[in-house]
Amino acid sequence: MSVTHAVRGPLELEQLIARVSAPDRGATASFLGTVRAGPDDGPVIRIEYSAYEEMLDEEFGRITADAVARWPGVAITAQHRLGTVPLGEASIAIAVAAPHRAAALDACRFVIEEAKRRLPVWKREILADGSTAWRDNEGGRVPGRGPAPTGPST
Amino acid sequence: MHAIRVRCRLFARYAEVTGEEVVEVEVPAPATVADAVAALRGRLAEGHRLPARPLVARNRAHALFTDPLADGDELALLPPLAGG
Repeated sequence: MSVTHAVRGPLELEQLIARVSAPDRGATASFLGTVRAGPDDGPVIRIEYSAYEEMLDEEFGRITADAVARWPGVAITAQHRLGTVPLGEASIAIAVAAPHRAAALDACRFVIEEAKRRLPVWKREILADGSTAWRDNEGGRVPGRGPAPTGPST
Repeated sequence: MHAIRVRCRLFARYAEVTGEEVVEVEVPAPATVADAVAALRGRLAEGHRLPARPLVARNRAHALFTDPLADGDELALLPPLAGG
């Protein structure tokens, strides 16, 4: 089944939790990653996320399958926000439910770690002076070429 | 010897530096991911700005440089990942 994991607009964690909840699942773990500006980041005003969307869906599916193989009985759903994400708003949301807490917590941790390592998603910072920079999960930061796009901040 | 046609896709910073998002390349068969990446770098005016060994995906799954290619494959060059 094809599932769309890319969302343009605020993520709704409660909706994800509702999707995985079931009477036989007594533990639910969730993760919400939010856009932040670190102390060395400069005046970042917003972040733009882009993705290889067809692969994003398939890779999320493979990560979920890997987690279910390791923790049988868990139910997982996740979304990644694309487009402009203001500081403080969520870029990724994950909900995992399982019969017991250990599997729920461990599988949730697994999904976010694998998502950061495997999802074809990219992040461009928009700074207050109009310049841009590409950021990656290994700490890389490369100045962008184009000017910051104008338009709505949400 | 026939040629293998590969649809190459570029994203994020790689699309920005080359000015291209989709590029068709042909490589002699048999070919690997490495052959198509080399052909792509040689074909684009700004191809030298792409790393020689970027992260790659073949048909929407992470791939290795040694993976074989088939006619009609989609090869994506993935800049350093930043999801999450």
